[in-house]
Order: sequence, then structure tokens, then C-alpha cells
Amino acid sequence: MALDGMASVRGERLRRLAHDRLTPGTLTTISLLGLLAIWWIAAAVADSRVLPTPPQVFEVFWRDAVSGELWFHLAMTLMRVAFAFVAAMAIGSVIGIGMGISRQANRFFDPWLILFLNIPALVVIVLAYIWFGLNEVAAIGAIAVNKIPNVVVTMREGAKALDPQLSEMARIYRFGAAKRIRHVVLPQLQPYFSAASRSGLALIWKIALVVELLGRSDGVGFQINLYFQLFDVAGILAYTLAFVAVMLAIELMLVQPFEARATRWRRPR
Amino acid sequence: MTGGLSNAAPGAPLRVSITRKAFRGADGKLVEAIAHVAFEVPGGSFVTLIGPSGCGKTTTLRIVLGLETEFEGSVVRPDPDGRIAVVFQEPRLLPWRTVEENVRLALPEGIGTEDLDELFDVLGLSEMRSRFPTELSLGLARRAALARAFAIRPSLLLLDEPFVSLDEMTAARLRRLLTTVWSARRTTALMVTHNLREAVQLSDRIVFLTERPAKIRGIHEIKVAREARDAEWRETELRRLDREFPGVL
Repeated sequence: MALDGMASVRGERLRRLAHDRLTPGTLTTISLLGLLAIWWIAAAVADSRVLPTPPQVFEVFWRDAVSGELWFHLAMTLMRVAFAFVAAMAIGSVIGIGMGISRQANRFFDPWLILFLNIPALVVIVLAYIWFGLNEVAAIGAIAVNKIPNVVVTMREGAKALDPQLSEMARIYRFGAAKRIRHVVLPQLQPYFSAASRSGLALIWKIALVVELLGRSDGVGFQINLYFQLFDVAGILAYTLAFVAVMLAIELMLVQPFEARATRWRRPR
Repeated sequence: MTGGLSNAAPGAPLRVSITRKAFRGADGKLVEAIAHVAFEVPGGSFVTLIGPSGCGKTTTLRIVLGLETEFEGSVVRPDPDGRIAVVFQEPRLLPWRTVEENVRLALPEGIGTEDLDELFDVLGLSEMRSRFPTELSLGLARRAALARAFAIRPSLLLLDEPFVSLDEMTAARLRRLLTTVWSARRTTALMVTHNLREAVQLSDRIVFLTERPAKIRGIHEIKVAREARDAEWRETELRRLDREFPGVL
């Protein structure tokens, strides 16, 4: 079990850290402060408009936060990310599990999958706007279509790895369809679902910015385009860091607690 | 057949008659697994299939379970609508559900809320009910698998080497537990093993199989009551069987 192995390596590292009287939280803080210091020093040395110092970036952040503009654009991007994420995970999981279970379906759809995996995000976005117009549905659809093939690949692996021994057990003990899905199949797919979600969130918000840049008049991507035209790097960094913070909060407050609950049956180390 | 759940043994036997079973090996060649295996498990009795490893015992069990459908011959189960319980070589518990949840999930809708205290108690699992299978030793996990099998009050119980790869003390303890639970919740049972001592201790009838492709080598009936099978009797019986079927012990 690679996951268990990783957990054990991490556990070992944590134990060593505890031994050195450094909690993981302290170390993370020191690490981030170090990065901030490098940025600050570099900006001070360069003394240029295109590399602002942290206080300059914070100033822009504060200005737009107080006016409410920042929150509006963050919310618009977050809304697109959320809808596209749900759509991509749902559609991608159904197709992926189907392909993992049926060898026929896998053979038939595999070439399509390879094709879609290799279409550049930009092409999908441009075509979506041309075919469906410069509207919200086209924007969200374009983001989702970019993510779906990745979800399919991950979930297909998960479905292929389903344990036939447990399926036989469920069959003999006459588990109904609902029971089988909830107690036998989904727990086995959970690690794959988590992996797809993680890489999905990161990918989706990056694509969302391009979608907004090309065809929307709000959202973080739109603002970044605006500040690009003004050559205002402080503005670009303020919006970028604000959205990274939002994604980090989602990871820490939603994804990790969910995962901790779903894997609580693993042997504690 | 809910009436047959008490000590009163249900009547209908399990009739197995497999005239041929072959499967394709990984190299594409046809492997003859079973040539001719026909035997009967009388209602409420305990029958053991014994033979060298790889002789088709487990295949026979899988055919009875309905997991293998491509074979020549017939299998008549005691109660076509009755439930079948199985204890595999591996416990096959759901690792993400507790011991109690594993047992309850197998229960049919009607008896989903049944009181399982007694069953857990007899099997020594009372303290383990809220543990996850990953926290259990193999012996305890096997007991949980036994609990699941008996909880559903099956009309047919199949056991595939349920005590293999345990140390002898644990295996002996589990065999005694199996006898206790089976006597309290009597059902028609078929076990596969390669351990003759185990077979002599537990069975009413032992079916000896040949090397692959499997044929019946002989059938041995044991009339002595289980309580009367002391160490001395077991040794005498084993010596007798060893003379009759050399190489099995």
C-alpha cells in the first residue's frame, strides 16, 4: 500500500520534528516567512515598478477589499470554479467508472479520451465562446470540459482496482444495489475521488482565469487582464494571492477534514 | 425456512453432481479441474471436502456458491430461496466498516435490527464490535467473518479453509467456537480443507478427493457424537483413515 507507506514516512518525519521541538505548524510558518523575506529583499534590491514589495501589494488588496470590488470578483470566479468542479467531477466519474467496469466501453471510448486529453484548454474555450456565445454557460462548460478527461482517467483506474473478492462477498450476502454502492464501491473509489478533486481544483481555477480573460467582464481573470493592460503588477499579485488564499482555505477546511473522516478506518500510526 | 433455524435440522440435502469443469489457464491452455465429483450433504449435517492442494476443492465450493456457472452437472441447494453464508479463506470484511457494521450489513432487511449480543458473546467479539477490521488479528477477523455468516441464519453454510494460516492454538480455539455456534444455530454446512484432523473433529461425513482433475476417492461417515470425540478417539480414527487414504494426513 503506497498510501500507507507515505503515511508512515510522514509519521516518522513528524516524530523527528517533535523530537526537535518544532511543531509542523511552526515549520510551515517559518517556511512561508522565508519566502516572503526573499520576495521583499528582491523587490527592495530591484526597486522597480514591475516587482512591487509586499506592502505595496497589500495596499492594493486593502483598497479593493474595502471598496468591495475584490470580493465581487473573487465570488464570481469561485462561483464558476464551483459549478465547473461539480459538473466535471460528476460527469467524469460516471464516464470513468463506466470505462473501468466495462472493457467494451473502455475500448470504444479510449480514443475519444486521448483526443480530449490532448485538446489545448485554449481551443476548447475559444470554440465554446464561438459556438455557444459569450455567456456564463459557455464559460462554465468550457472549464468543465477541460477537466473531465483528467477525472475520467483517475476514476477509471479506481474502478479497475475494485476488489473482486469484496464484490463476490456482497453478491453472496445479497447486498442490494444501494448498499453495494454505498458500502462496497464508494469507499474503494474514495482515494481516487480525492486525488481527482485535488488536482481538479488546482487545474480548474487556472483555466477559469483564462476563460474570464477571454470572454467575461468580471472575475479574477478579468481583473488580471485589466491590470496587465495597466502594467500594474501589484494589482495582479493582489488578486492572485487573494484567490490562492481562498483555494488554500477550501483545501484546509473542506478537502482535508472530509478525507480524514473517510480514511479514519486505516490503522492509526 | 425460518422454522429450521433452531436445533431441529432442516430436511432437504445439498446435492452436488459435477461431471466436468475446465477453465482456461493464463497461457490459454485448457485445464481440467474436475472430472467427476458427486456427493450429498444431508440437511443439518456438516460435510468436509478434503484433498491435495489445487485439486479443485475450492472450485467445487465456488460452483455451489454460484460464482462459477460454466460447468457440466448440477447443484441442488437445500432451499432455493434460502440464504447462503460463506466464510472465505480471507475474512473479506469491509475494512472501512466496523465489525458490527460488517455483520449488520449482511443481514437481510427483515432481521436488520436483530439483537446480536449473544452471537458476539459466544464468538468472544463483544469488545471488538466497534473496532475496524484493520485493528484485528487474522484470528479475530476470521471470527468476525464467522459471526457474519451465522448472523444471517443461512440455510446453507460454506467454509473455504477457514482456519488456514493460523497458529495451531488459535485454529483449535476457532474450531471449538465453530462447533459451539454451529450446534446452536444448526444449518447444512460444507467445508473445504486439507487438514484431516480438522475434518475428523468437525464433520459428520468426509469426502476425499483425488489429485486434479478431481474425482471422488472415497466417502467416510463419522457416527460418533462430537462431544464423544476425545483425543484418544481422534488418534485412532486418524490412524484408520491414514491407512485407508494414505497421503492425506
